[in-house]
Amino acid sequence: MKLLIIEDEPEMLENMAQTLEREHYIVETASDYKSALHKIAVYDYDCILLDISLPDGNGLELLKELKLRGKNEGIIIVSAKDSLDDRLEGLNLGADDYLPKPFHMAELHARVKAVLRRRHFEGNQHIHIGNVSIQPESRQVTIDDNEIVLNRKEYDILMYLITNKTRLVTKSALAEHVWGDHIDQSDSFDFIYSQIKNLRKKLEHATISIEAVYGVGYKLESI
Amino acid sequence: MKLLNHTSKYLAILLVPLITIWAFIFYYAMLDEIYDSLDDGLENQKILLLGKLPTNPEILEHNDLDLWNHDITPISKNYYERFEDRYSDTLMYMLNEKDFEPVRVYETKLAYNDQYYKVKFITSMVEEDDLIQDLVMYLIILYVSLMITIVILNNLMLKKIWRPFHSLMRQLRDFRIEKNHQIQTMDTTIEEFKLLNTSITALIDQSRARYLEQQHFIENAAHELQTPLAISINKLELFLEKTNLPEADVKTMASILDNLGRLTRLNKSLLLLSKIENRQFVDEEIIDFNKLTAEVIDDFDDLASHKNNVLYLKSVSKLTFQMNRDLAVILLTNLIKNAIVHGQQNNTVTIIIHENLISVSNFGVAEALDSDTIFSRFKKLSHDKRSTGLGLAIAKAISEKYGIHLDYAYTEQHVFSLHFHK
Repeated sequence: MKLLIIEDEPEMLENMAQTLEREHYIVETASDYKSALHKIAVYDYDCILLDISLPDGNGLELLKELKLRGKNEGIIIVSAKDSLDDRLEGLNLGADDYLPKPFHMAELHARVKAVLRRRHFEGNQHIHIGNVSIQPESRQVTIDDNEIVLNRKEYDILMYLITNKTRLVTKSALAEHVWGDHIDQSDSFDFIYSQIKNLRKKLEHATISIEAVYGVGYKLESI
Repeated sequence: MKLLNHTSKYLAILLVPLITIWAFIFYYAMLDEIYDSLDDGLENQKILLLGKLPTNPEILEHNDLDLWNHDITPISKNYYERFEDRYSDTLMYMLNEKDFEPVRVYETKLAYNDQYYKVKFITSMVEEDDLIQDLVMYLIILYVSLMITIVILNNLMLKKIWRPFHSLMRQLRDFRIEKNHQIQTMDTTIEEFKLLNTSITALIDQSRARYLEQQHFIENAAHELQTPLAISINKLELFLEKTNLPEADVKTMASILDNLGRLTRLNKSLLLLSKIENRQFVDEEIIDFNKLTAEVIDDFDDLASHKNNVLYLKSVSKLTFQMNRDLAVILLTNLIKNAIVHGQQNNTVTIIIHENLISVSNFGVAEALDSDTIFSRFKKLSHDKRSTGLGLAIAKAISEKYGIHLDYAYTEQHVFSLHFHK
């Protein structure tokens, strides 16, 4: 899988590249409008992460350019502005997702993974991890061919942890992903524990388990 | 009291002594003129009499006032020489009035054929009591009609003249700096109102510009903070993932991440507030609040049960309202979150939906909160370090944007109510 990150802030770019490379993607970068335009003209990518406020041009113009060239890349707009207009215009111009800064690395990866899955019809494919198998389209989860019933939150937690199986997922990243942005301000993120507890119970016979890491977050481990 | 009635009042008070003084002056001036005219008439009678004497000497025998209006009596030469003309007032019985009425008497002398006579002329005089009565009555009529005219003039003309002022006042009363209200000034030829119009327009333009400048500053500051925040959070996350740090270090990292998260939330809330006030949420749809509330409550189930709270939703009737969906979610979220966070443990948070009302009630501290400051920014109700102090301010800003009335009351429970006016 080949990704292009278009981002003018060098440290931001480095972070994003680093985290995605760890997921074994081939990552290319562009830090201004000109070089980005050059790269999308010459190469094909599976997914493009696009910061729309570039020093020498508007990222939305790049979207139009891609459309003109009949390119079919998955596009995630990354923006510090979180403006509704930009979001709507971006999605209308064919972007797949809009991710406002700041975001968690786990969230970035989950979004990229979701776009890639949609683009490559991976949605129809089962996801296998240990003896657990997941059908993303129908949100069905089976352990050794026995179906287990998960509620929406349990399913979202499991998928998020599976997507980010190599990393430590902090409680705040998990809470924001599953319960939504508005859950913030709560006096602590400990409330997610009851869902984790239920999920663990349902995964009793699975060869994966959800491990707490020093009370900071969770990590998926294979047994 | 209106300025209009104020001037009328002073005018009414001032007119009383003015008209009274004027009445006295007028009365005596008129009386003087009447006497003058009567005396002239009496003197004229004497001349006429003298003219008639040579042909009618029998006139000298007239001595009955009732008969001839003059009375001639012979006098001695000695008396004649000492006698001087004099005027006097006296009363006489008038047949027509059947009463004693004032008359003017003119006593003079004449010499005819070496005979000396005293002549007395009389003429009926103005009845002073009647004159005064009439004068007072007409003055009262004048006063009343003057006042009526003034009041009518004030109400018709002055009202018209003051119209630019009142139009301006009406607009200023409804003026909110955060809303892009334009003040429409009325054209006027009156110098003072022109000055008022230009001054107010200038003042409002200046304030509005300053307000927008400040808002842009907050927005820009918040925007500029996003990128460094993102970089710091991401660097820490990467660091946390790749190294096998001892537990204590991981916890320190997590605590830094936590605080950066708080900063992010604060920043986002500030941005949200200025966006609501900048009217950036334009898309509107009909929101089914019964459904939306149920969804929001579902999101908060875990938080509530973590605090051993029960979320109880009672839908008495259906409630729909046209507004932006994101803002509707934030509005409900903030109120419910507030109720859970500040609610007593092991108790109930009740949400009731009526036709035009949503109320969120929770048990908490057993005293009413200050309803004047409760919706102010950074008014923290608890020492909870995670609270941004902006949740209720945001809820207030959203409800104001859509004309929803958000209020707070305390009756055993703390109740926040949204009143929808459709």
